[in-house]
Amino acid sequence: MNEPPAISVRDLTRYFGSKPAVEGLNLDVPRGSVFAFLGRNGSGKTTTIRMLLGLVQPTRGRGSILGYDIRNLPTEARARIGYLTEEHQLYGWMNVRECGEFQSSFYPRWNEKIFRGVVGHFNLRLTTRVKHLSRGERAGLCLGLTLAPEPELLIMDDPTLGLDPVASRSLIESMIYLTRRSGRTIFFSSHQLADVERVADKIAILDRSVLRVCSPLETFRQSVQRVRLRFSGPPPPLPAIPGLLQAVRTKGELRLTCVNYGAAAEAALRALAPAELERVPLSLEEAFISYLGDRGEKSFILAETESESETEAQP
Amino acid sequence: MCSSTVKLDITISTGSKVPIYKQITDQIWLAVASGKLAVGDQLPSVRVLAEELVVNPNTIAHAYADLTRDGLIESRAGRGVFIVHKRQVFTPEEAWRRLEPLLDAAIGEAMALNFSHDELKEAFEKKLGQWKAAMKGKPSDE
Repeated sequence: MNEPPAISVRDLTRYFGSKPAVEGLNLDVPRGSVFAFLGRNGSGKTTTIRMLLGLVQPTRGRGSILGYDIRNLPTEARARIGYLTEEHQLYGWMNVRECGEFQSSFYPRWNEKIFRGVVGHFNLRLTTRVKHLSRGERAGLCLGLTLAPEPELLIMDDPTLGLDPVASRSLIESMIYLTRRSGRTIFFSSHQLADVERVADKIAILDRSVLRVCSPLETFRQSVQRVRLRFSGPPPPLPAIPGLLQAVRTKGELRLTCVNYGAAAEAALRALAPAELERVPLSLEEAFISYLGDRGEKSFILAETESESETEAQP
Repeated sequence: MCSSTVKLDITISTGSKVPIYKQITDQIWLAVASGKLAVGDQLPSVRVLAEELVVNPNTIAHAYADLTRDGLIESRAGRGVFIVHKRQVFTPEEAWRRLEPLLDAAIGEAMALNFSHDELKEAFEKKLGQWKAAMKGKPSDE
Protein backbone atom coordinates (compact mmCIF):
# COMPACT_ATOMS: atom_id res chain seq x y z
CA MET A 1 0.00 0.00 0.00
CA ASN A 2 2.80 2.38 0.90
CA GLU A 3 4.78 1.59 -2.21
CA PRO A 4 5.38 4.63 -4.37
CA PRO A 5 3.06 4.89 -7.38
CA ALA A 6 4.22 3.26 -10.62
CA ILE A 7 4.04 6.66 -12.26
CA SER A 8 3.93 10.00 -10.50
CA VAL A 9 4.20 13.42 -12.12
CA ARG A 10 3.84 16.94 -10.75
CA ASP A 11 3.28 20.07 -12.80
CA LEU A 12 4.58 18.23 -15.86
CA THR A 13 4.53 20.67 -18.75
CA ARG A 14 5.79 20.67 -22.28
CA TYR A 15 5.63 23.49 -24.79
CA PHE A 16 6.35 23.16 -28.47
CA GLY A 17 7.24 26.72 -29.36
CA SER A 18 4.62 28.87 -27.67
CA LYS A 19 2.00 26.12 -27.82
CA PRO A 20 1.43 23.97 -24.75
CA ALA A 21 1.18 20.24 -25.48
CA VAL A 22 0.82 19.32 -21.83
CA GLU A 23 0.12 21.88 -19.13
CA GLY A 24 0.70 21.39 -15.40
CA LEU A 25 -0.09 17.69 -15.28
CA ASN A 26 -0.40 16.09 -11.85
CA LEU A 27 -0.97 12.37 -11.98
CA ASP A 28 -0.40 9.27 -9.86
CA VAL A 29 -0.78 5.82 -11.34
CA PRO A 30 -1.02 3.31 -8.47
CA ARG A 31 0.89 0.05 -8.72
CA GLY A 32 -1.19 -2.86 -9.87
CA SER A 33 -3.73 -0.70 -11.66
CA VAL A 34 -4.87 -0.85 -15.25
CA PHE A 35 -4.96 2.83 -16.06
CA ALA A 36 -6.51 4.22 -19.22
CA PHE A 37 -5.30 7.58 -20.46
CA LEU A 38 -8.02 9.19 -22.55
CA GLY A 39 -8.55 12.34 -24.52
CA ARG A 40 -9.21 13.56 -28.00
CA ASN A 41 -6.58 13.66 -30.70
CA GLY A 42 -3.97 16.27 -29.97
CA SER A 43 -4.87 16.56 -26.30
CA GLY A 44 -1.32 15.72 -25.20
CA LYS A 45 -1.43 11.99 -24.46
CA THR A 46 1.46 10.94 -26.66
CA THR A 47 3.65 13.83 -25.51
CA THR A 48 2.96 12.80 -21.90
CA ILE A 49 3.91 9.20 -22.61
CA ARG A 50 7.07 10.26 -24.41
CA MET A 51 8.04 12.46 -21.46
CA LEU A 52 7.49 9.54 -19.07
CA LEU A 53 9.92 7.46 -21.08
CA GLY A 54 12.53 10.19 -21.34
CA LEU A 55 12.04 10.54 -25.10
CA VAL A 56 10.91 14.17 -24.77
CA GLN A 57 12.26 16.51 -22.11
CA PRO A 58 9.65 18.40 -20.08
CA THR A 59 9.71 22.19 -20.26
CA ARG A 60 8.79 22.28 -16.57
CA GLY A 61 7.79 19.96 -13.77
CA ARG A 62 9.03 16.59 -12.62
CA GLY A 63 8.08 12.97 -12.66
CA SER A 64 9.12 9.53 -11.58
CA ILE A 65 8.46 6.11 -12.99
CA LEU A 66 8.97 3.04 -10.76
CA GLY A 67 10.67 5.51 -8.43
CA TYR A 68 13.25 6.69 -11.00
CA ASP A 69 13.47 10.30 -12.17
CA ILE A 70 12.17 10.51 -15.72
CA ARG A 71 14.83 13.05 -16.71
CA ASN A 72 17.48 10.43 -16.24
CA LEU A 73 16.20 6.87 -16.56
CA PRO A 74 18.97 4.36 -15.91
CA THR A 75 19.24 1.20 -18.03
CA GLU A 76 18.04 -1.04 -15.19
CA ALA A 77 14.83 1.02 -15.05
CA ARG A 78 14.24 0.59 -18.78
CA ALA A 79 14.56 -3.17 -18.39
CA ARG A 80 11.62 -3.08 -15.96
CA ILE A 81 9.41 -1.00 -18.24
CA GLY A 82 7.74 -2.37 -21.35
CA TYR A 83 6.84 0.15 -24.02
CA LEU A 84 4.66 -0.94 -26.89
CA THR A 85 4.67 1.27 -29.93
CA GLU A 86 3.89 0.84 -33.54
CA GLU A 87 7.38 1.83 -34.53
CA HIS A 88 8.84 -1.25 -32.87
CA GLN A 89 12.13 -1.85 -34.59
CA LEU A 90 11.70 -5.09 -36.48
CA TYR A 91 13.84 -6.45 -39.27
CA GLY A 92 11.78 -7.75 -42.16
CA TRP A 93 14.18 -10.54 -42.98
CA MET A 94 14.00 -12.09 -39.49
CA ASN A 95 11.41 -14.70 -38.69
CA VAL A 96 9.32 -14.64 -35.53
CA ARG A 97 11.64 -16.92 -33.57
CA GLU A 98 14.71 -14.93 -34.57
CA CYS A 99 13.06 -11.70 -33.45
CA GLY A 100 12.60 -13.24 -30.02
CA GLU A 101 16.21 -14.43 -29.87
CA PHE A 102 17.49 -11.04 -30.96
CA GLN A 103 15.36 -9.13 -28.46
CA SER A 104 16.18 -11.51 -25.60
CA SER A 105 19.88 -10.68 -25.91
CA PHE A 106 19.14 -7.17 -24.61
CA TYR A 107 17.33 -8.30 -21.49
CA PRO A 108 18.80 -9.98 -18.42
CA ARG A 109 15.36 -11.38 -17.70
CA TRP A 110 13.58 -13.01 -20.62
CA ASN A 111 10.71 -15.44 -20.31
CA GLU A 112 10.60 -17.50 -23.49
CA LYS A 113 7.39 -19.18 -22.32
CA ILE A 114 5.61 -15.82 -22.30
CA PHE A 115 7.00 -14.94 -25.73
CA ARG A 116 5.81 -18.26 -27.20
CA GLY A 117 2.50 -17.94 -25.36
CA VAL A 118 1.71 -14.49 -26.75
CA VAL A 119 2.75 -15.19 -30.34
CA GLY A 120 0.80 -18.46 -30.12
CA HIS A 121 -2.21 -16.55 -28.86
CA PHE A 122 -2.06 -14.46 -32.04
CA ASN A 123 -1.67 -17.64 -34.11
CA LEU A 124 1.78 -16.75 -35.38
CA ARG A 125 4.13 -19.38 -36.77
CA LEU A 126 7.69 -19.11 -35.51
CA THR A 127 9.09 -19.53 -39.01
CA THR A 128 7.13 -16.70 -40.68
CA ARG A 129 9.27 -13.74 -41.77
CA VAL A 130 8.35 -10.35 -40.33
CA LYS A 131 7.81 -8.84 -43.79
CA HIS A 132 5.05 -11.39 -44.41
CA LEU A 133 3.10 -10.62 -41.25
CA SER A 134 -0.23 -8.80 -41.32
CA ARG A 135 -0.73 -5.72 -39.19
CA GLY A 136 -2.49 -7.66 -36.44
CA GLU A 137 0.21 -10.34 -36.49
CA ARG A 138 2.90 -7.70 -36.22
CA ALA A 139 1.09 -6.27 -33.21
CA GLY A 140 1.09 -9.75 -31.66
CA LEU A 141 4.82 -10.13 -32.26
CA CYS A 142 5.54 -6.69 -30.78
CA LEU A 143 3.43 -7.54 -27.76
CA GLY A 144 5.32 -10.81 -27.27
CA LEU A 145 8.63 -8.97 -27.49
CA THR A 146 7.39 -6.39 -24.98
CA LEU A 147 5.91 -8.84 -22.48
CA ALA A 148 8.61 -11.53 -22.47
CA PRO A 149 11.00 -9.49 -20.29
CA GLU A 150 8.16 -9.46 -17.71
CA PRO A 151 7.98 -5.69 -17.29
CA GLU A 152 6.63 -4.38 -14.00
CA LEU A 153 5.10 -1.49 -15.86
CA LEU A 154 3.66 -1.76 -19.34
CA ILE A 155 3.08 1.46 -21.26
CA MET A 156 1.13 1.39 -24.49
CA ASP A 157 0.23 4.25 -26.78
CA ASP A 158 -3.05 3.42 -28.46
CA PRO A 159 -2.29 -0.31 -28.70
CA THR A 160 -5.41 -1.39 -30.60
CA LEU A 161 -5.15 1.34 -33.25
CA GLY A 162 -5.71 -0.17 -36.66
CA LEU A 163 -6.25 -3.70 -35.38
CA ASP A 164 -9.16 -5.82 -36.49
CA PRO A 165 -11.63 -6.89 -33.78
CA VAL A 166 -10.06 -10.33 -33.33
CA ALA A 167 -6.49 -9.06 -32.96
CA SER A 168 -7.73 -6.29 -30.75
CA ARG A 169 -9.49 -8.79 -28.47
CA SER A 170 -6.33 -10.91 -28.30
CA LEU A 171 -4.45 -7.86 -27.14
CA ILE A 172 -7.01 -7.09 -24.45
CA GLU A 173 -6.89 -10.73 -23.32
CA SER A 174 -3.13 -10.45 -22.98
CA MET A 175 -3.59 -7.36 -20.84
CA ILE A 176 -5.92 -9.23 -18.48
CA TYR A 177 -3.46 -12.11 -18.44
CA LEU A 178 -0.65 -9.77 -17.48
CA THR A 179 -2.49 -8.70 -14.33
CA ARG A 180 -2.20 -12.28 -13.05
CA ARG A 181 1.04 -11.38 -11.38
CA SER A 182 0.14 -8.93 -8.69
CA GLY A 183 1.68 -5.50 -8.72
CA ARG A 184 1.94 -5.31 -12.50
CA THR A 185 0.83 -1.93 -13.78
CA ILE A 186 -0.56 -1.12 -17.21
CA PHE A 187 -0.80 2.45 -18.44
CA PHE A 188 -2.33 2.84 -21.88
CA SER A 189 -3.86 5.49 -24.06
CA SER A 190 -6.85 4.62 -26.21
CA HIS A 191 -9.86 5.84 -28.10
CA GLN A 192 -11.59 2.47 -27.86
CA LEU A 193 -13.98 3.03 -24.99
CA ALA A 194 -15.33 -0.51 -25.23
CA ASP A 195 -11.84 -1.84 -24.48
CA VAL A 196 -11.37 0.72 -21.75
CA GLU A 197 -14.63 -0.31 -20.13
CA ARG A 198 -13.49 -3.94 -20.07
CA VAL A 199 -9.96 -3.63 -18.78
CA ALA A 200 -9.41 -0.33 -17.01
CA ASP A 201 -9.98 0.28 -13.34
CA LYS A 202 -8.88 3.90 -13.42
CA ILE A 203 -9.07 6.58 -16.07
CA ALA A 204 -7.59 9.99 -16.67
CA ILE A 205 -8.90 12.39 -19.29
CA LEU A 206 -6.75 15.07 -20.89
CA ASP A 207 -8.54 17.88 -22.63
CA ARG A 208 -6.55 20.39 -24.62
CA SER A 209 -3.37 19.80 -22.63
CA VAL A 210 -5.11 19.92 -19.24
CA LEU A 211 -6.07 17.02 -17.00
CA ARG A 212 -9.80 17.16 -16.28
CA VAL A 213 -10.59 13.71 -14.92
CA CYS A 214 -8.60 11.31 -12.80
CA SER A 215 -10.76 8.79 -11.01
CA PRO A 216 -11.98 5.20 -10.94
CA LEU A 217 -13.87 4.46 -14.15
CA GLU A 218 -17.15 3.88 -12.33
CA THR A 219 -16.84 7.18 -10.47
CA PHE A 220 -16.52 9.06 -13.73
CA ARG A 221 -19.50 7.31 -15.24
CA GLN A 222 -21.65 8.07 -12.21
CA SER A 223 -20.48 11.68 -12.09
CA VAL A 224 -21.95 12.45 -15.47
CA GLN A 225 -25.73 12.24 -15.29
CA ARG A 226 -28.56 12.91 -17.63
CA VAL A 227 -31.77 14.29 -16.17
CA ARG A 228 -35.05 14.50 -18.03
CA LEU A 229 -37.74 16.93 -16.96
CA ARG A 230 -41.21 16.80 -18.39
CA PHE A 231 -43.57 19.76 -18.32
CA SER A 232 -47.24 20.02 -19.16
CA GLY A 233 -46.58 23.23 -21.10
CA PRO A 234 -43.43 24.65 -22.66
CA PRO A 235 -40.40 24.28 -20.37
CA PRO A 236 -39.53 27.38 -18.32
CA PRO A 237 -36.19 29.15 -18.79
CA LEU A 238 -33.34 27.34 -17.10
CA PRO A 239 -31.71 28.88 -14.01
CA ALA A 240 -27.97 28.47 -13.42
CA ILE A 241 -27.40 24.80 -12.62
CA PRO A 242 -24.01 23.90 -11.17
CA GLY A 243 -22.11 21.48 -13.41
CA LEU A 244 -24.41 21.76 -16.40
CA LEU A 245 -22.72 20.35 -19.50
CA GLN A 246 -25.50 20.38 -21.98
CA ALA A 247 -29.16 21.33 -22.18
CA VAL A 248 -31.53 20.18 -24.90
CA ARG A 249 -34.96 21.74 -25.04
CA THR A 250 -37.87 20.14 -26.84
CA LYS A 251 -41.59 20.63 -26.70
CA GLY A 252 -42.59 19.87 -23.13
CA GLU A 253 -39.21 18.47 -22.19
CA LEU A 254 -35.82 19.57 -20.93
CA ARG A 255 -32.92 17.15 -21.18
CA LEU A 256 -29.87 18.11 -19.19
CA THR A 257 -26.48 16.50 -18.87
CA CYS A 258 -24.73 17.46 -15.67
CA VAL A 259 -21.53 16.63 -13.94
CA ASN A 260 -21.46 16.01 -10.18
CA TYR A 261 -25.24 16.17 -10.12
CA GLY A 262 -26.22 16.44 -6.48
CA ALA A 263 -28.82 17.66 -4.05
CA ALA A 264 -28.27 21.35 -4.90
CA ALA A 265 -28.78 20.83 -8.61
CA GLU A 266 -31.79 18.62 -8.01
CA ALA A 267 -33.40 21.22 -5.72
CA ALA A 268 -32.86 23.90 -8.38
CA LEU A 269 -34.57 21.69 -10.96
CA ARG A 270 -37.45 20.71 -8.66
CA ALA A 271 -38.11 24.40 -8.18
CA LEU A 272 -39.10 24.54 -11.85
CA ALA A 273 -42.05 22.33 -10.87
CA PRO A 274 -41.72 19.73 -13.62
CA ALA A 275 -44.50 17.18 -13.99
CA GLU A 276 -41.82 14.53 -13.91
CA LEU A 277 -38.11 14.42 -13.15
CA GLU A 278 -36.17 11.37 -14.13
CA ARG A 279 -32.50 10.46 -14.04
CA VAL A 280 -31.33 8.57 -17.08
CA PRO A 281 -28.15 6.49 -16.90
CA LEU A 282 -25.47 7.06 -19.52
CA SER A 283 -23.06 4.71 -21.18
CA LEU A 284 -19.37 5.37 -20.78
CA GLU A 285 -19.19 6.62 -24.34
CA GLU A 286 -22.10 9.03 -23.91
CA ALA A 287 -20.61 10.30 -20.67
CA PHE A 288 -17.25 10.81 -22.38
CA ILE A 289 -18.73 12.65 -25.35
CA SER A 290 -20.96 14.89 -23.22
CA TYR A 291 -18.03 15.64 -20.98
CA LEU A 292 -15.63 16.65 -23.71
CA GLY A 293 -18.19 18.34 -25.92
CA ASP A 294 -17.70 22.01 -26.60
CA ARG A 295 -20.84 23.19 -24.90
CA GLY A 296 -21.13 23.78 -21.21
CA GLU A 297 -18.77 25.03 -18.60
CA LYS A 298 -15.48 23.40 -17.72
CA SER A 299 -15.56 21.06 -14.81
CA PHE A 300 -13.20 18.63 -13.18
CA ILE A 301 -13.47 15.18 -11.67
CA LEU A 302 -10.30 14.61 -9.76
CA ALA A 303 -11.25 12.05 -7.16
CA GLU A 304 -8.81 11.33 -4.41
CA THR A 305 -7.47 7.77 -4.61
CA GLU A 306 -7.02 5.41 -1.64
CA SER A 307 -3.99 7.27 -0.49
CA GLU A 308 -5.47 10.63 0.37
CA SER A 309 -2.96 12.26 -1.93
CA GLU A 310 -3.47 15.83 -2.93
CA THR A 311 -4.38 15.97 -6.56
CA GLU A 312 -4.86 19.68 -6.82
CA ALA A 313 -5.44 21.41 -10.17
CA GLN A 314 -8.78 23.01 -9.74
CA PRO A 315 -9.44 25.71 -12.33
CA MET B 1 -23.20 -30.86 -3.33
CA CYS B 2 -21.28 -30.50 -6.50
CA SER B 3 -17.61 -29.77 -6.21
CA SER B 4 -16.75 -28.64 -9.72
CA THR B 5 -17.47 -25.09 -10.75
CA VAL B 6 -20.44 -24.48 -12.96
CA LYS B 7 -20.10 -22.92 -16.35
CA LEU B 8 -21.67 -19.48 -16.23
CA ASP B 9 -23.32 -18.26 -19.35
CA ILE B 10 -22.66 -14.57 -18.97
CA THR B 11 -22.67 -12.11 -21.84
CA ILE B 12 -20.98 -8.76 -21.45
CA SER B 13 -22.02 -5.87 -23.61
CA THR B 14 -19.75 -2.89 -23.61
CA GLY B 15 -21.18 0.51 -24.45
CA SER B 16 -24.27 -0.28 -22.38
CA LYS B 17 -25.87 2.03 -19.85
CA VAL B 18 -25.52 -0.84 -17.39
CA PRO B 19 -22.04 -1.07 -15.86
CA ILE B 20 -20.26 -4.40 -16.41
CA TYR B 21 -20.28 -5.42 -12.72
CA LYS B 22 -24.05 -4.89 -12.74
CA GLN B 23 -24.50 -6.96 -15.90
CA ILE B 24 -22.72 -9.81 -14.10
CA THR B 25 -24.74 -9.60 -10.89
CA ASP B 26 -28.00 -9.32 -12.85
CA GLN B 27 -27.23 -12.42 -14.89
CA ILE B 28 -26.24 -14.47 -11.84
CA TRP B 29 -29.43 -13.44 -10.05
CA LEU B 30 -31.39 -14.45 -13.13
CA ALA B 31 -29.60 -17.80 -13.37
CA VAL B 32 -30.53 -18.55 -9.76
CA ALA B 33 -34.10 -17.38 -10.19
CA SER B 34 -34.58 -19.54 -13.27
CA GLY B 35 -33.02 -22.60 -11.70
CA LYS B 36 -29.90 -22.72 -13.87
CA LEU B 37 -27.88 -22.24 -10.70
CA ALA B 38 -28.79 -23.98 -7.47
CA VAL B 39 -27.72 -23.71 -3.87
CA GLY B 40 -24.34 -25.36 -3.42
CA ASP B 41 -23.14 -24.66 -6.95
CA GLN B 42 -19.62 -23.35 -7.08
CA LEU B 43 -18.86 -20.23 -9.11
CA PRO B 44 -15.58 -19.72 -10.94
CA SER B 45 -12.89 -17.77 -9.10
CA VAL B 46 -12.50 -14.06 -9.74
CA ARG B 47 -9.38 -14.69 -11.81
CA VAL B 48 -10.93 -17.43 -13.94
CA LEU B 49 -14.09 -15.47 -14.65
CA ALA B 50 -12.08 -12.33 -15.46
CA GLU B 51 -10.10 -14.19 -18.09
CA GLU B 52 -13.15 -15.92 -19.47
CA LEU B 53 -15.20 -12.74 -19.82
CA VAL B 54 -12.12 -10.61 -20.64
CA VAL B 55 -12.80 -7.97 -18.03
CA ASN B 56 -10.70 -6.46 -15.28
CA PRO B 57 -10.55 -8.80 -12.23
CA ASN B 58 -11.54 -5.89 -9.98
CA THR B 59 -14.84 -5.68 -11.85
CA ILE B 60 -15.56 -9.35 -11.09
CA ALA B 61 -14.53 -8.79 -7.48
CA HIS B 62 -16.96 -5.86 -7.33
CA ALA B 63 -19.79 -8.06 -8.67
CA TYR B 64 -18.99 -10.87 -6.22
CA ALA B 65 -18.81 -8.42 -3.33
CA ASP B 66 -22.29 -7.13 -4.18
CA LEU B 67 -23.68 -10.66 -4.43
CA THR B 68 -22.08 -11.57 -1.10
CA ARG B 69 -23.55 -8.48 0.53
CA ASP B 70 -26.96 -9.39 -0.87
CA GLY B 71 -26.69 -12.90 0.52
CA LEU B 72 -26.70 -14.82 -2.76
CA ILE B 73 -23.16 -16.14 -2.66
CA GLU B 74 -20.60 -16.93 -0.01
CA SER B 75 -16.86 -17.22 -0.20
CA ARG B 76 -15.45 -20.16 1.72
CA ALA B 77 -11.80 -19.86 2.62
CA GLY B 78 -9.60 -22.01 0.44
CA ARG B 79 -12.53 -23.62 -1.33
CA GLY B 80 -14.14 -21.04 -3.52
CA VAL B 81 -17.33 -19.14 -4.04
CA PHE B 82 -20.72 -20.85 -3.66
CA ILE B 83 -24.36 -20.09 -4.16
CA VAL B 84 -25.87 -20.14 -0.67
CA HIS B 85 -29.38 -20.05 0.64
CA LYS B 86 -31.25 -17.37 -1.18
CA ARG B 87 -32.64 -15.03 1.35
CA GLN B 88 -35.33 -12.53 0.62
CA VAL B 89 -33.01 -9.58 0.47
CA PHE B 90 -35.29 -6.94 -0.87
CA THR B 91 -38.11 -5.33 1.04
CA PRO B 92 -41.40 -5.63 -0.84
CA GLU B 93 -41.23 -1.93 -1.72
CA GLU B 94 -37.70 -2.33 -3.09
CA ALA B 95 -38.72 -5.39 -5.09
CA TRP B 96 -41.58 -3.45 -6.67
CA ARG B 97 -39.30 -0.55 -7.37
CA ARG B 98 -36.98 -2.91 -9.25
CA LEU B 99 -39.80 -4.55 -11.14
CA GLU B 100 -41.21 -1.35 -12.53
CA PRO B 101 -38.46 -0.36 -14.97
CA LEU B 102 -38.35 -3.93 -16.28
CA LEU B 103 -42.05 -3.84 -17.08
CA ASP B 104 -41.77 -0.36 -18.56
CA ALA B 105 -38.98 -1.44 -20.86
CA ALA B 106 -40.80 -4.54 -22.07
CA ILE B 107 -44.13 -2.81 -22.58
CA GLY B 108 -42.54 0.20 -24.24
CA GLU B 109 -40.69 -1.93 -26.77
CA ALA B 110 -43.75 -4.04 -27.41
CA MET B 111 -45.91 -0.98 -28.04
CA ALA B 112 -43.34 0.28 -30.52
CA LEU B 113 -43.86 -3.02 -32.31
CA ASN B 114 -47.58 -2.27 -32.49
CA PHE B 115 -48.88 -4.99 -30.22
CA SER B 116 -52.31 -4.44 -28.82
CA HIS B 117 -53.22 -4.45 -25.18
CA ASP B 118 -54.86 -7.87 -25.42
CA GLU B 119 -52.09 -9.44 -27.46
CA LEU B 120 -49.57 -8.34 -24.84
CA LYS B 121 -51.63 -9.74 -22.01
CA GLU B 122 -51.93 -13.04 -23.80
CA ALA B 123 -48.20 -13.16 -24.59
CA PHE B 124 -47.37 -12.41 -20.97
CA GLU B 125 -49.61 -15.23 -19.69
CA LYS B 126 -48.09 -17.64 -22.17
CA LYS B 127 -44.54 -16.74 -21.15
CA LEU B 128 -45.38 -17.17 -17.49
CA GLY B 129 -46.70 -20.62 -18.28
CA GLN B 130 -43.51 -21.54 -20.09
CA TRP B 131 -41.35 -20.41 -17.16
CA LYS B 132 -43.48 -22.31 -14.71
CA ALA B 133 -43.13 -25.48 -16.75
CA ALA B 134 -39.39 -24.99 -17.20
CA MET B 135 -38.80 -24.51 -13.48
CA LYS B 136 -40.82 -27.52 -12.42
CA GLY B 137 -38.62 -30.25 -11.00
CA LYS B 138 -35.67 -27.89 -10.63
CA PRO B 139 -34.30 -27.91 -7.11
CA SER B 140 -35.47 -24.80 -5.36
CA ASP B 141 -33.56 -23.30 -2.46
CA GLU B 142 -32.20 -25.97 -0.13
